[in-house]
Amino acid sequence: MNAPLLDRRAILKASLVGGAALVFDAKVALAATPGAKATTLNAHIRINPDNSFVIGAQNPEIGQGIKTMLPMLIAEELDIDWAQVQIEQTIANEKVYNGQFAGGSFATPTHFLPMRRIGAAARQMLVKAAAAKWSVPEDSLTTGSGKVIHAASKRSATYASLAVDAAKVPVPDLAKVPLKTPAQYKIIGKSKIGVDTPAIVAGKPLYGIDVVQPGMVYAAVEACPAYGGTVGSFDADGVKKLPGVIAVVPINTSYDPKIGNDAIAIVATSWWVANEARKALKPVWNDAEARQYSTAGFASAAAAQIDKAPQGDLVKKGDAEKALAGAAKTVTAKYDYPFLAHATLEPQNCTALFQDGKIEFWAPTQNPAPGRALVAQMLGIPAEAITIHMTRIGGGFGRRLSNDYMAIVAQIAKGVPGKPVKMIFTRTDDLRHDVFRPAGWHSFTAGLDAQGRLVGLKDHFVTFGEGGKPGTGAGMSGEFPAALIGDVHYGVSYLKSNVPTGYLRAPTSNAMSFVFQSFLDEVALAADLDLAEFLRRTMGEGRFIEPVKGVTGEFDTRRARAVIDKVCAMAGWKGREGGNGKGRGFAFYYSHRGYFAEVVDVTVNSGGAVHVDKVWVAGDVGNQIINPINALHQVQGAVIDGIGQATAGQKIEIVNGSGNRTNFHDYPLPRITAAPAEIVVEFVPSDNPPTGLGEPALPPVIPAIANAIFAATGKRIRSLPIVPAQLV
Amino acid sequence: MTTTLSVNGQMRQVDSDPAKPLLWVLREDLNLLGTKFGCGMALCGACTVHIDGKATRSCVTPVSAAVGKKITTIEAVAATPAGKKVSEAWTALDVPQCGYCQAGQIMTATALLTDKPKPTDGEIDAAMTGNICRCATYVRIRAAIRQAAGLNEGTAA
Ligand code: FES
Ligand code: FES
Repeated sequence: MNAPLLDRRAILKASLVGGAALVFDAKVALAATPGAKATTLNAHIRINPDNSFVIGAQNPEIGQGIKTMLPMLIAEELDIDWAQVQIEQTIANEKVYNGQFAGGSFATPTHFLPMRRIGAAARQMLVKAAAAKWSVPEDSLTTGSGKVIHAASKRSATYASLAVDAAKVPVPDLAKVPLKTPAQYKIIGKSKIGVDTPAIVAGKPLYGIDVVQPGMVYAAVEACPAYGGTVGSFDADGVKKLPGVIAVVPINTSYDPKIGNDAIAIVATSWWVANEARKALKPVWNDAEARQYSTAGFASAAAAQIDKAPQGDLVKKGDAEKALAGAAKTVTAKYDYPFLAHATLEPQNCTALFQDGKIEFWAPTQNPAPGRALVAQMLGIPAEAITIHMTRIGGGFGRRLSNDYMAIVAQIAKGVPGKPVKMIFTRTDDLRHDVFRPAGWHSFTAGLDAQGRLVGLKDHFVTFGEGGKPGTGAGMSGEFPAALIGDVHYGVSYLKSNVPTGYLRAPTSNAMSFVFQSFLDEVALAADLDLAEFLRRTMGEGRFIEPVKGVTGEFDTRRARAVIDKVCAMAGWKGREGGNGKGRGFAFYYSHRGYFAEVVDVTVNSGGAVHVDKVWVAGDVGNQIINPINALHQVQGAVIDGIGQATAGQKIEIVNGSGNRTNFHDYPLPRITAAPAEIVVEFVPSDNPPTGLGEPALPPVIPAIANAIFAATGKRIRSLPIVPAQLV
Repeated sequence: MTTTLSVNGQMRQVDSDPAKPLLWVLREDLNLLGTKFGCGMALCGACTVHIDGKATRSCVTPVSAAVGKKITTIEAVAATPAGKKVSEAWTALDVPQCGYCQAGQIMTATALLTDKPKPTDGEIDAAMTGNICRCATYVRIRAAIRQAAGLNEGTAA
């Protein structure tokens, strides 16, 4: 038993001189400790003696399907059958694996070529080994189903039988290794169910919260409710007396060294015992300064600021004031949106073992590398002393880009060295100690000329920040349609706040889409047009607009127009339609490299309750949908997520310096009854490399709903969330 | 206090505070980790198990209340006829995204189909409304229940 892996498995091993990438010593990365002498290894493939294949899935899986998709790319070019593949989550090791995070819909554009090249390079080495063995030219060989085939002599050899020889073949130049053409794909573009789906359905322990280690203890955390508070006193002795309590450890939540809260962790033999023991803690906090902050205070500060001159400029092109002064018609409106929580269904948690100056994590993190850096700094240990196992994650949505749970459990683990400790937030902890989607306020003026053309646009954006810089996730860039018109002024002012902010799925876009696409619907109305037609005219001729650094991003009006036209055809869009509580709305948004246009049908009942009945989505994420079933699921999920942000009543209010929502009764998520009867999705292929789908389908649905409500009721939604009081 | 529970057809002994919620007894004391913690207040359904066949929120059920009853969890639900059909449909339609809510969804759906083998669309929504899916897999949850029930098309509510 327990023979070393090396003796039991053929190892395909190679390394590349210079440059970052290379090929695989699968043994090292899949089975052993991270970083063991390996700084230039990139390990994704293991060939088993029975000619089955283990492919390492290197990115965190949060429900976006990456644990299935990245291995599909490798398997495709390795030219093996999907049925021959087993998948293992790799360890976190930023020195070995490039781009090992789940954020920004980056994984597809980042890894589409590199993962394929890793598979193709391995295939090429196997072919070379077979050519040498049989003394035949390489180009007389083909591959398929994990075999090299020499048709002329009717010989074939399994990859497993060639693996040891292949490992001695020099690694090809990855940039030059030939790749399949789309016509040759057998896996890419074919639906593959999630690799963990059968295990999920069987209730197997896959998630961070399911981690069990020998001798493990549990921790609950009482953090100062007000952000930035410090601890005065607490009854450690009273808590330690309780049966099952092992230790009481003062810590800091350290979302950010500037605004971490003091907290007290209780370690016990059971999480339930630890959490119950919080009642005996009687903490006293020093939080007078933090308690000054509130949603009401932010709203009045924003109201006072928004009509003044902005503190700074985000986009200043041409002369917006002059253009607006000369406009035939102007439209003005103010918009706002609230703080939002992420509310992943798996509450924040993390498990760690601190021993002999080293720490080992089992972490549901979307972003392990900064977690490692944070812990190294916090504990004063080298990065090499930190091992991070990545678990499956019960929802990310950007919450787990912040590694506060790693920082928290690291301090607790250090307080009980030698004992693995699993820290779990309650739902209240999770909703209160989030990194919130920041609230924001906008004041717009748009100008139309006599022909109804957009000739000038101004926005004063009031957000959170200090020193002339936005807080995390609180910025804004050159929002559409800044790149399309000559006279634009987007100004910004910053409010001071104690509230930790962060990235929520389609960050900034989830809010900006609402304000800009709703306001543009108002402007379109003033021009006697529907929004789809107004956008077509504003975009003008088909062209690629180059990015202007620090001002506006790239934009392709042909791609935008294609999805707009497509969704209008799908839905039978005839312009503004609605009345008597039924209405249809449209919106378009470009984010995370994806172009999306959406149409929704809503019903608003006499009590002001909104139901989304049907949604049509047209999206362009490049020339290849890699896993069609998962692509559809991402879009469906994003659409309903957006419906939730718009209509479920989601809003975090800050009271006494702290978020005041405590569970799903006061922070509601969309339930099955909110799901439309149908979400029709079509992808519009374009001649561009494939890009990601976790985010870009979400932003347009929110303004499409607001615009549909206007069509249904004549009431313009300028504030989120949409509540019945706005509509009766 | 030593308590004897009938879990997935086996008698299991645990040494537990009688007030400890069944959820945490399953997870911590019986190493049955498929049943999930989402809210602790009977608001999300992630912790749903069957107690004497009824879908029950284990996060608010003290272990003492489960004594003498038959507890079934996600780990064994596929052994029941309805559970088998539901689990197969869930896999075939690839219902999960992150998957965290799905144990609870499957337990609730199985209880529904055990009671009402051919539910209407309205009955499906009504039965499932206590189970939150943050990833919003609801379109497929509906479709999978219909498939498990042998209902190809939706029926009138
Ligand atoms: S954890 Fe029991 S209903 Fe949410
Ligand atoms: S699949 Fe993620 S919460 Fe339901």
